[in-house]
Amino acid sequence: MIKTCKPVLAAATLAIAMLSQNALAAEEQFFPMTSYRVGPYGANGQSFYGGFIDYLNYVNLTEKGVNGVTLTYEECETEYNNAKGVECYERLKGKAAKSAGPIHTMSTGISYALIDKSAQDKLPLAMMGYGRTDAVDGSVFPYAFPLVTTYQMQASAIVKFIKEKMGGNLAGKKIVYLYHDSAYGKEAIIALEAEASLNKFQLVQIPVAHPGNEQGAQWLKIRQEKPDFVVFWGWGVMNQTALKAAQKVGFPRDKMIGSWWTGSEEDVVPAGESAKGYMAATWNVAGKNVPLIADIEKTVYGAGKGNLSDKAKIGTILYNRGVSAAVLSVEAIRKGQEKYGKGKALNGEQTRWALENLNITEDRLKQIGATDLLPEIKTSCDNHEGSGKVKIQQWDGDKWVPVSGWIEGNKALIHPLFQASAKQYAKEKGITPRDCSKEK
Amino acid sequence: MNFFFEVLIGGLLSGVMYALVALGFVMIYKASGVFNFAQGAMVYLAALSVVGCMEKGAPLWLAVILAFAIMTLFGIATEKFVLRKLVNQPPIALFMATIGLAFFIEGLAPMIFGSEPRALDVGIVDEPIEYILENFNMVISRFDLVAALVASVLVATLALFFQYTRIGRALRAVADDHQAALSIGIPLQNIWAIVWGVAGFVALVAGMMWGARNGVQFALTFTALKALPVLILGGFTSVPGAIVGGLIIGASEKLAEIYIPPVMQNLFGGNFGGIEGWFPYVLALLFLLVRPEGLFGEKHIDRV
Amino acid sequence: MLYREAGQFKTTYAADQQLFPIRQDRIGVITLLLIAFIGVPLFASEYWFSAILIPFLIFFLAALGLNILTGYAGQLSLGSAAFMAVGAYAAYNFQLRIEGIPILISFLCGGLTAAAVGILFGLPSLRIKGFYLAVATLAAQFFIVWCLTKFPWLSNNSSSGVISTQQLIIFGHELKTPTEKYLLVLSIVVVLALAAKNLVRSSTGRAWMAVRDMDVAASVIGIRLMPTKLLAFAISSFYCGVAGALYAFCYLGSVEPDGFSLDMSFKILFMIIIGGVGSIMGSFLGAAFILLLPILLDVLLPFFAGLFGLPFSSATVSHIQILIFGALIMFFLIVEPHGLARLWQITKEKLRLWPFPH
Repeated sequence: MIKTCKPVLAAATLAIAMLSQNALAAEEQFFPMTSYRVGPYGANGQSFYGGFIDYLNYVNLTEKGVNGVTLTYEECETEYNNAKGVECYERLKGKAAKSAGPIHTMSTGISYALIDKSAQDKLPLAMMGYGRTDAVDGSVFPYAFPLVTTYQMQASAIVKFIKEKMGGNLAGKKIVYLYHDSAYGKEAIIALEAEASLNKFQLVQIPVAHPGNEQGAQWLKIRQEKPDFVVFWGWGVMNQTALKAAQKVGFPRDKMIGSWWTGSEEDVVPAGESAKGYMAATWNVAGKNVPLIADIEKTVYGAGKGNLSDKAKIGTILYNRGVSAAVLSVEAIRKGQEKYGKGKALNGEQTRWALENLNITEDRLKQIGATDLLPEIKTSCDNHEGSGKVKIQQWDGDKWVPVSGWIEGNKALIHPLFQASAKQYAKEKGITPRDCSKEK
Repeated sequence: MNFFFEVLIGGLLSGVMYALVALGFVMIYKASGVFNFAQGAMVYLAALSVVGCMEKGAPLWLAVILAFAIMTLFGIATEKFVLRKLVNQPPIALFMATIGLAFFIEGLAPMIFGSEPRALDVGIVDEPIEYILENFNMVISRFDLVAALVASVLVATLALFFQYTRIGRALRAVADDHQAALSIGIPLQNIWAIVWGVAGFVALVAGMMWGARNGVQFALTFTALKALPVLILGGFTSVPGAIVGGLIIGASEKLAEIYIPPVMQNLFGGNFGGIEGWFPYVLALLFLLVRPEGLFGEKHIDRV
Repeated sequence: MLYREAGQFKTTYAADQQLFPIRQDRIGVITLLLIAFIGVPLFASEYWFSAILIPFLIFFLAALGLNILTGYAGQLSLGSAAFMAVGAYAAYNFQLRIEGIPILISFLCGGLTAAAVGILFGLPSLRIKGFYLAVATLAAQFFIVWCLTKFPWLSNNSSSGVISTQQLIIFGHELKTPTEKYLLVLSIVVVLALAAKNLVRSSTGRAWMAVRDMDVAASVIGIRLMPTKLLAFAISSFYCGVAGALYAFCYLGSVEPDGFSLDMSFKILFMIIIGGVGSIMGSFLGAAFILLLPILLDVLLPFFAGLFGLPFSSATVSHIQILIFGALIMFFLIVEPHGLARLWQITKEKLRLWPFPH
């Protein structure tokens, strides 16, 4: 089998390599895209990567790329599976040698597996709202960027929001943390524990085993505990199950606040009526009334170059999040071109510098029509996160409505946790951290 | 004490949901000795067909009928194109074929009907029953009660079908001995097609119940994981076994999730919740050590 | 003509009992090894090493482990990934907690730890059989992964339970490039594969096969069931454990317990069933089939879709891949229910008579 397979495969890769080589003749900025559209989380991936690709095409159509550099991409299906993610990364890496935009895996597991590899290959890894969070400390992780905000900062922001709702005092209150029992769900615990001891509220942690399609016991326990709020860290089917189970035990949904992976249309629509009033964190608003989204629909889909086969997804949370990720990536390319020469494609190292020196202001966002798609972002060597702000949104049974302004997590409390963790990592791996004061 | 009963009843009702999925496995194993790995995928396909037809404008009743038709056709096609060609092969090859089938469905179903998660509204609101909540301060879900009712009707129908109809008798004959059944003139292939059709019907019921409960999405295929320990506990070949096994697994896993982690926390420190993933399996395992053929399984006699 | 053993006379018992009694086989194996050790490093690209060859070898090893248990000793197991996890986490902890322990010893200890855990979960096999036994191993699958998540000590108190493996240093030399890692994995896999090949034809292997074919009969002729079955569990888990350690150290570099999911166990099971149950060659072919086919489809489908201008969206292409993968599994089973190894055997039979079949 292997003997017949190899030549065919080699021939195929060769053929494709030749095809794309011709295409690479003009100045092009390549985006390696380890995307997923099938499997348990396929629907999420379709919206996210659809939005991402649509924005790249949008930039190509409206301004002929970034300063004349066309944005290109190639996708590889990871199925949200770590091993396949690595295979995809290795496959795309060769093409990314000359020019590379940030890699978005949309999977914590794949990001973890790529952290070392990408640093070795000098390719920047963007982990917007997922992945290894202590990479905020760029001195240890030069090539990994947990951009916009992290699980911990988000948890801290949610606590802040709850505190406001409770009249500015959490002492003696009770918050239940209901989470997917995996690396993803466990990340936020450290932040919530720190917040609990700072704000003197009682934290009850309740894990749910994967995949989380059965939560009867957990919710009966929550009913017994009678918490003031439930902070909720679910993923996939666990989200709808939680909402349904909350309804089943009569727990009010407007006392439930989820992370941003629990707050898309995909998460609430299947739960039907039971999702009404439920809140979740997000860094981008939904809807087509964001000027950029409306314009993308008009321009890209008008030209018949839209990536989505189902146009109803335009303007959903995850679609807009894909656009926001692309906006951020393209802004980084612009920033990089300012330093390394306009009209030239950036390689991985140059994109890395750009991601580390991002400065996306409110004005700039307004200029491209992306207000509220992203908070303001300013990154540096010792802060790869750049923002730490989220909005809280609420599902009104039909659409997501923002119910807060930008809320920033407690940086003074959370960021030292990252530094401690990064330090331990550096020690284990024998990495000497960069001196951030010397970076510019 | 009140809380204990609340958890117990909630667990029993969840157990019924597990049993619904387990029934599909039992149907096929009983009649053809195939461990059908694709049952979870069939649940997904069935639920997706219902939602897909409804999106195209069909009312619920029509969508259900159409989905049933799809499942039946699918069952017949499986029998004709896959299983018929694998007659007399070792069970492991048949098992593997159903794994291939599972992949096939997981690619086909979302390709036709789309992969985004959707709601399935069967018209039952999943809220606590007020009367019990007020008088006993216990949460019993109306939806779960209906599901339990559906399951009992299904089991009763299947039991009657197996016991008293001509086809049912033929099914049992085939299950006992393929060769003997063939030699007295029972058409083996037709019987298998019927079995797969019935399993498709069971998958449809399970898919609708689970879909209405958690939304119709890829994760429906995971329901099979909940059904496996039920199957083991109840025995692969027993319809009542699936129900009793489901009740035992459902109740014990819920009680364990509530009462075991605090004990472990006292012993070791740290949070030990989320044991639902493995507890049913360990329970089934311990049970098997006492009774290796499951609760109602046929006793296996070794002959040299 | 090309493949004929006529004229190869064995004059000593030693010659008759060697691993590859037929000259052509010996030449074939040696050529294959030469290609693997010398040819491949000369020509293969980095992509081939890190994305295809290394995982392929690792999964071959895991499939080999499972094949010893399921194919030779007849005990169905669905917990291979969990034993890999044990191997990975154990090797990590040995490396972390014992100062200056050589990495190969860590791998070995990882394998031994997995073997010990394997024996524990193999105990029910003394009483339970067939698909029922599979549940015992499923219990192992879920329980072990849960334990790795719940006891922070095992992952050195990392807040997420993810471990990042240490550097690979062998005799003071750090292995960094994919080629070096490939050679390390290859050496370990070749040694273990030859050991397995040897083991299954020894008295132990014959005892396993007797138990597989009918354990009651085996016990009647004096094979002690308990040590035989438990030894199969131990050795199988040892192979899986070493595979797990290699998976963590040489392939991904950072693993989480959930990565060793049931899906992975199933994948390894698919490998041996497609490849051929009870055959070393089968593990090899099966691992190649299950790992390479999706990649091949992934590369070819968009290519053909583009070639013929088919209006497929990326989602559709991905769905078609899975569909074809499933269909091919069924197709191969219908054509040859005994796996690819059997096809290989038939080819050899044909070659023996070629070009003049009677």
